[in-house]
Amino acid sequence: MTVKVTYDFDQMLSSARDAAGEELLKMADEGLDFVLTYSDNIAPSTASGRILTKYPERCFNFGIAEANQVGASAGMALAGEKVFGQWFGPFLSLRATDQLHTDIAYNDVDVKLIVTHSGVTAGGGPTHNCIADLAIYRAIPNLTVVIPADAGQCIKTIRAAMTHVGPMVIRIARGAEPNVYMDNDYEFEIGKAIEVKGGDDLTIISAGSSVYWSMMGAKELAKKGINARVIDMHTIKPLDVDMIKKCAQETNCVVTVEEHSINGGLGGAVAEVLSETGFKGKFKRIGLPDQFAVLGDPMEVYKYYGMDPEGIAKTISELLGK
Amino acid sequence: MNNVKIDMEMVNELEEKCIKIRKDLVNFIYRIGMGHLGGELSMVEVAVALYYKYMKYDPKNPKWEERDRFVLSKGHCSETLYTIFSDLGMYTMDYMVDHFETLDTAVFGMHSNRKYVPAIEASAGSLGHGFPIALGMALAARKQNKNWRTFVFVGDGEMNEGTNWEAIMAAGHYQLGNLVAIVDKNGLQMTGTTSEVMGLDPLDKKLEAFGWDVIEIDGNDMKAVCEAFASLPASDPAIRRRPIFVIANTTKGKCVDFMEGNVKWHGGGIAKQQLDEALVCINNSRKGK
Repeated sequence: MTVKVTYDFDQMLSSARDAAGEELLKMADEGLDFVLTYSDNIAPSTASGRILTKYPERCFNFGIAEANQVGASAGMALAGEKVFGQWFGPFLSLRATDQLHTDIAYNDVDVKLIVTHSGVTAGGGPTHNCIADLAIYRAIPNLTVVIPADAGQCIKTIRAAMTHVGPMVIRIARGAEPNVYMDNDYEFEIGKAIEVKGGDDLTIISAGSSVYWSMMGAKELAKKGINARVIDMHTIKPLDVDMIKKCAQETNCVVTVEEHSINGGLGGAVAEVLSETGFKGKFKRIGLPDQFAVLGDPMEVYKYYGMDPEGIAKTISELLGK
Repeated sequence: MNNVKIDMEMVNELEEKCIKIRKDLVNFIYRIGMGHLGGELSMVEVAVALYYKYMKYDPKNPKWEERDRFVLSKGHCSETLYTIFSDLGMYTMDYMVDHFETLDTAVFGMHSNRKYVPAIEASAGSLGHGFPIALGMALAARKQNKNWRTFVFVGDGEMNEGTNWEAIMAAGHYQLGNLVAIVDKNGLQMTGTTSEVMGLDPLDKKLEAFGWDVIEIDGNDMKAVCEAFASLPASDPAIRRRPIFVIANTTKGKCVDFMEGNVKWHGGGIAKQQLDEALVCINNSRKGK
């Protein structure tokens, strides 16, 4: 599949959070039936909040009580509702893990959990960072976990979530992020990774907002004559194992880039696949190290940990000895 | 509640049903070798009154859309429900024993799973989960304009969990008149009395302050239990009013003398001699004996 990508254009920004809210409103306007739960985290005045004022009878605010919101969302689904909910990422994955595990996943209910402020995009330091969530989600049965690469893909994910039945986490960033895809004219299927850039020297496997930085890193590498393939692994669970195996075989070098702790997230998932398939090539995880992140603007934090394009390119060059 | 007239013949029949359920329950626990008899015995009157009289419910069609929902949040006491399901004709006791935690043929477990047992509304086990789920069900009924009611049954020790209070606050906020909570206030939790472990009282005042109406009864007195449920106003999703909380003061291990009020009968199995003694106690608990 050939996709049109924007990596030749710096900083075309759009917000997945706004896109999710607008798509939910659009679906409601189309007459699709669902409820929306939240926990004092959607302002009616914002793009994502317009649904609250237009369809108040189907929107339920639980105040700053995320665990209760998860449980009540499960209850609504058990009573036959299609449920979308929105949470601050860290306060879902850390505070309400028990409810996610038991009320949502074990009860296996049709709740779509849109979790915002992924990685360090919230700013504000480690209390508001969301860097352990993938490790948690990955270990919970029944969950589907999708990390849209940009706002357009978030819309595709929300649409797919409307027809998908079962628990699903949709992990998005806080605010505006660079667009990866030029348009929405490409196939998107949950569980099927997308090759956003071809290349034979190595494969960068990434997800979410890191896909764009990976492509920019690939652009840097191209200046040195290194031709990197870039994979948008938008679905973390179920993982597209075939794509990982194929890329490993064809490029013999795999690097993961993610806005998450390097432990337990995408890098861990890919490493598990590679080690169990006897991969003998080079492998490296790029992400947040096993420490509470330094304080700063997200872009500065990326740079500090080598998750920016230059850092990604540098790490990969060193790995390849070029 | 004072104006409610209760048919004493019906009360007597329900009391007799409680005797049978308690006898079946201790037999069941003896056969499967595990359970939480203390809390399972204390909750019998409330569960029997609901399943046999006051809930809109069809045992032949446990997924009937118009049914009242009963969420057992104290999920470790699921064997009481299984016993009632058996008595209602859903399963034979032998079937339940033969399918109790038997790996890939298991249907029943110490903590209930809704996917295996259709009459279970929500899989439960860890405490503090049922109340938010019931809250969501009641909100969904309001959105759907359905007049079925949601009952949630919690333990008093379980009320230590903060999620209950989040849900209690939210139900008061939303004025869910279609939600009824019952606390099995048997005064004991795993390691001691509730007052020693984490003081709960004055529970009625706390609940009233959270926007609920409170009915306090002797939860092992079938007439009082019936009066409480008979006094519930009709469930109307459109009406906003204070939700109702029934504080059922009960005795842990009720009707089995050596278990009553004894914290060591929180969980575990039961030996043959204890079973025989328990059955005698339950028989003797009939009024007038």
